[in-house]
Amino acid sequence: MSDHELRVSKIRNGTVIDHIRGGQALNVLAILGIDGSEGEAVSVGMNVPSDRMSHKDIVKVEGRELSQDEVDVLSLIAPEATINIIREYEVAEKQHLERPERVVGVLSCPNHNCITNAGEPVETKFDVLDDGVRCEYCETIVRDDLAAHISVK
Amino acid sequence: MREDHLITAKQLSRADIEAVLDRAAEIDADVSAFGDRHEDAVLGLMFFEPSTRTKMSFETAIKRLGGETVDMGPVDSSSVKKGESLADTMRVVEGYADALVLRHPSQGAAKMVSEFVDVPLLNAGDGAGHHPTQTLLDLYTIRENAGLDDLNVGIMGDLKYGRTVHSLAHALTNFDAQQHFISPESLQLPRSVRYDLHESGAMVREHTELDEILPSLDVLYVTRIQRERFPDENEYQEIAGEYGIDLETLDAAKDDLTVMHPLPRVDEIAPEVDGTEYANYFEQAHNGVPVRMALLDQMLEEDQ
Ligand SMILES: [Zn+2]
Repeated sequence: MSDHELRVSKIRNGTVIDHIRGGQALNVLAILGIDGSEGEAVSVGMNVPSDRMSHKDIVKVEGRELSQDEVDVLSLIAPEATINIIREYEVAEKQHLERPERVVGVLSCPNHNCITNAGEPVETKFDVLDDGVRCEYCETIVRDDLAAHISVK
Repeated sequence: MREDHLITAKQLSRADIEAVLDRAAEIDADVSAFGDRHEDAVLGLMFFEPSTRTKMSFETAIKRLGGETVDMGPVDSSSVKKGESLADTMRVVEGYADALVLRHPSQGAAKMVSEFVDVPLLNAGDGAGHHPTQTLLDLYTIRENAGLDDLNVGIMGDLKYGRTVHSLAHALTNFDAQQHFISPESLQLPRSVRYDLHESGAMVREHTELDEILPSLDVLYVTRIQRERFPDENEYQEIAGEYGIDLETLDAAKDDLTVMHPLPRVDEIAPEVDGTEYANYFEQAHNGVPVRMALLDQMLEEDQ
């Protein structure tokens, strides 16, 4: 990220999620449950030209650091993204996303006949595969459009 | 078997399978010798989806071991209708029984219940998912007729929704068996089963015509194409007709081909085949009792 870019909407403390695949920024915000209603400053850049990816999205959130759970989920829909934790205007930590081995209670299973959709007292569990995720209960494999299956609280 | 529960055929190693089949063979040779093995053992029969045969087969098995059953009865009259969760129902009945058998219409039901109960749980079919006890009796029948190695197995019919097919395919990866899947394109194996077969390095081929492969098969496992899967009756008739066998079809088969079917059949196998050496489906159904006895014997023994 260039200095110029940082200057555009510099945040004091918070998180910059960079190199999000073009068009995914709003999904990223949805996963994080960020809609601006808490009064936090959020800036979103969509389809910004990028050296690495031709076009990318970028999200900057003031006053918010991501938990590991949130980072895990992000890695599923935006595996190329980088996360910069900002403290006192400086990049305090920079991390690349690593795909988790499984995600719990985050995705809903698209199989209507799956026991996790039957009102039972269980959380969904998905194993993360090289190219998708797999329900640990009904074993359905989901490869496309994971964002559509994220159950936002 | 190291796990207490039998949820999927995937958890069975070759040694696990052989241990059950060996004990089933012992039982088969002298059923009466096992009549007091598990006196007072109580098996809970939890059938949330009707299945008279599988249920009777388990019932017979536990009674022949000297045990008894408790039965939740038809779903209509049970607490399910009052909205109780499956997890709760099973946790209650766990208190009455030494082992539980579950048949449920939802995929993943047995896996979920296994997280809630401590007594051994046997999955007797969960939606289009798994049916591992059927697979053990299938393997027993295959072993009796053709052995379990150096095999060409054809599996034909509804491969998409057929849970017996999914479980059998997983189990066969433990053996030196080439698997041939024969079905219309619309009923091919689901993605998740393909994934597992691929991961396990199984030898698998897919066909749309039986003729291509029939002459090389040692076993032909036929399954019912379910009418209710087709919105259009004509489409069903067309497909069902193509994936059935009769004496004429079998002209091209090896003399010692073993024809199997998990039953009930509709018209996939013409009745004229029943009297031939090929037919093994009734024997296969009968094998359900000794195999389930062996499995229950093993589970109840380990649980003591
Ligand atoms: Zn599922």
